[in-house]
Amino acid sequence: MKTNDLILQTATKVVVFIIILFSWHLFFSGHYTPGGGFIGGLLTSGAIVLLLLAFDLKTVLAFLPIDYIKMTATGLLIALLTGVGSFFFDAPFLTHTFSYVDLPILGTTSLATAVLFDLGVYLVVIGVTMTIIQTIGETE
Amino acid sequence: MTLLHVAILSPFIIAILVPFLHNYFQKIHTGWFILPLPILLFVYFLSLISSTMNGETIRNTASWIPSLGINFTAYIDGLGLLFALLITGIGALVILYSIYYLSKVKEQLNTFYVYLLLFMGAMLGVVLSDNLIVLYTFWELTSLSSFLLIGYWYEREKSRYGAQKSMMITIFGGLLMLGGFIMLYMMTNTFSIREIIEQVPTIAQHHLFIPALILILFGAFTKSAQFPFYIWLPDAMEAPTPVSAYLHSATMVKAGIYLVARFSPVFAGTPEWFWIVSAFGIFTMFWGSFNAIKQTDLKGILAFSTVSQLGMIMSMLGVGSAAIALDSIDDSYYTVAILAAMFHLMNHATFKGSLFMIVGIIDHETGTRDIRKLGGLMGLMPITFTISIIGAFSMAGLPPFNGFLSKEMFFSSMIRIVELNIFNLESLGLLFPIVAWVGSIFTFIYSMVLVFKTFTGKYQPEKLEKKPHEAPIGMLISPIILASLVIVFFFFPNLLAYTIIEPAMASIIPAVLGDGEHFHVHISPWHGFTLELYMTIGVVALGILGYFTLRKWSGIYRFIPERLTINKGYDAALYSLDKSSFHLTRFYMTGSIRNYLLYIFTFFIVILGTSLAVKGGFSFSLEGNASVGIYEVILAGVILIGTITSLFAKSRLTSIIALGSVGYTVSLFFVLFRAPDLALTQLSVETVSVALFLLCFYHLPEFKKPEKKLNFNWPNFIISLGVGTIVSLLALSANSQRVSETISTYFIENSYKLAGGKNMVNVILVDFRGFDTLFEITVLGIASLGIFGMIRLQVRKEEER
Repeated sequence: MKTNDLILQTATKVVVFIIILFSWHLFFSGHYTPGGGFIGGLLTSGAIVLLLLAFDLKTVLAFLPIDYIKMTATGLLIALLTGVGSFFFDAPFLTHTFSYVDLPILGTTSLATAVLFDLGVYLVVIGVTMTIIQTIGETE
Repeated sequence: MTLLHVAILSPFIIAILVPFLHNYFQKIHTGWFILPLPILLFVYFLSLISSTMNGETIRNTASWIPSLGINFTAYIDGLGLLFALLITGIGALVILYSIYYLSKVKEQLNTFYVYLLLFMGAMLGVVLSDNLIVLYTFWELTSLSSFLLIGYWYEREKSRYGAQKSMMITIFGGLLMLGGFIMLYMMTNTFSIREIIEQVPTIAQHHLFIPALILILFGAFTKSAQFPFYIWLPDAMEAPTPVSAYLHSATMVKAGIYLVARFSPVFAGTPEWFWIVSAFGIFTMFWGSFNAIKQTDLKGILAFSTVSQLGMIMSMLGVGSAAIALDSIDDSYYTVAILAAMFHLMNHATFKGSLFMIVGIIDHETGTRDIRKLGGLMGLMPITFTISIIGAFSMAGLPPFNGFLSKEMFFSSMIRIVELNIFNLESLGLLFPIVAWVGSIFTFIYSMVLVFKTFTGKYQPEKLEKKPHEAPIGMLISPIILASLVIVFFFFPNLLAYTIIEPAMASIIPAVLGDGEHFHVHISPWHGFTLELYMTIGVVALGILGYFTLRKWSGIYRFIPERLTINKGYDAALYSLDKSSFHLTRFYMTGSIRNYLLYIFTFFIVILGTSLAVKGGFSFSLEGNASVGIYEVILAGVILIGTITSLFAKSRLTSIIALGSVGYTVSLFFVLFRAPDLALTQLSVETVSVALFLLCFYHLPEFKKPEKKLNFNWPNFIISLGVGTIVSLLALSANSQRVSETISTYFIENSYKLAGGKNMVNVILVDFRGFDTLFEITVLGIASLGIFGMIRLQVRKEEER
């Protein structure tokens, strides 16, 4: 039986971007307002899950050709490396620093190495969630 | 490391080389390479006699674990040297004998000699160590190597049984002995036997003194096959005969004797020591000789005879300890017992060694050791016969053999005991000479059985597997040497007395010697018409009578039911231990997770509840609590409804949804308690987990689906109620008893100052305590990989099917 889910698919195409933008907002603002890597990652994967619901596994893989296990590994590696990086400055493991930098468009912005660590968390959470959902989804 | 250490350790070093020698020189019997070692050691130890004769001792220390006071201290005094000479001397003869006894082609000689050398080194270590822990180490090595040697023909069921039995019993005793050693250390703070002996006057009143004494005697009695631990020795006869001759007659079984002698300066003089050692010894002497007559296997007779003779030596050591209680050299009556013990130790090693070798020859030449099949071998094997006559008559205590001398001294020490008026001996003491005398009669009878049933009577060639003839000369050398020693020791006993026995006595009962004093012993074959002589005559007369009427009275052995023997008891104990531990394990390890959870939770309740009650930990105060608002009450109500619904719902779907409602309410709680990050996370995680639950629900197998309510079960109800109560009590009392301020103020003050963030939760997660987060994301990664692996592997398996 062929179902017509045009409305769902069209709505998805719009909504996914909103969700992803919202998740990025949560991720980037995590240091100042509620949010952060974990919830940001969960929402991003929520967007991808929505794609999976509206389309099917193969289609989603075609335009998001991501190996989520590698994504998990990358996230872990980034988190680890931010920790290791502090060794180069003769500081204990996972010592973070921040400073205010003048950026061309954004003006004076505080940049923290903690965000890099959070990026690792973000990637791991997406990777993990998507691995679980994809693996379970693939089995019959 | 000194020469002495090298001497003690040399058997271990050579043992490493044995397999190489065995492989490279296959044409030469491996034993020839081993033989020089015990001879060299024997000569070396002989050269030390001159110093021990003068009352000197040699003590060399090599560090092992100095921080714990455990050092390899080699110590040579008269007693140690006596044993070292026995071990190396008999060892050399046994190795010579084994060269002819074991076939180069059929047997695995490399393992045999490795085990034998291990044993020899361990034995030397036992008798020459001053440090208790080192002594114990070597002690267990003798048990282990003896185990290996008994099980040498490991393809035989009985060898394995015997090896296991001896292992169980001797290790049991060895471990108890270790306990005794540790107690000695606790009392004296040293592991050195020398230093312990110096502290004896101060420790004799210590409350651990008697327990240590008993535990150490356990070690000695199990090793030396005393009643009731003798049962392993007859079963150890499954070992090759050289092993039986060496370990189970001359050396290892005397390790217990050595231990008793070595610790005499510490414990002797107490009534406990006297009674345990001499009473068990004398009873073992009687019991062993009584049971030896029943045996039909030549080695069985010799095994029980060894038990009996060891009991005799043990009892003499016990009686000799009275000399210390009397505390003066003038009572030389009782030092005679020690003299007799040491002398008989040497004698027993000579005649029992030769007898074992003879039995081995008979076995080798006729193919059987059963006295019912043997007979009339006198003409066929004249040399063997002569040697066995010498050995057996010496064992029976007849002149002109050395056994006569030691048996006379045994009798005299037993008679004198009646005259003692300490330790309640005035009444019970009379039992000692009587039991000793009766035991000697049995000894005489089985010695005669051993010789005359084998060599006289009717020759039955049809029952023998081989055609018997005299053994090759190589096999006979060792027994000939031992047998000639039997005679030499009779005519020149003082050769031993001055050189070896006097220093040995000095180390067993040093207390009776003053400064610079020596024991002056003189053993003479003839001591006039004394009571001892009449006792010996009585033994011979009754023994001959008993031997000829053996058939008539041997019915008494049937009075002892087979089921009541110690062997049966041992087997039954092992069996029931095995069975009962099996049943016990099966009783509580049911394999059901429900039961295990019951145990865990019950334990949880009991432990926490009791410690809460005993320590008075429970307290409840409302002080400092925030006031309860209307929203909290409403949300708590919602959660309660959700929980109850999920417990009592008929359908699983209802339970899952109720559980989800609980989760969402929790996130509402987070909102209420101002934890936005937690609320966000809780919302999304709850969604995901409910989805996963639904997935599981959907995939439940069809045939098991009849949905029904949870079965009500009282124990489960009580336990879950208990856990809930305990946890609530704990939480309440923990909340009411805060001991310190929280550290959250630090984070509030510093999260912007130090980390440049205003979201404190996130700052703590990634900055202050980023380390935790690092591993939490690792946990997530592992979980996803686990799910991936689990599902993919299963899929692949199904494909393969």
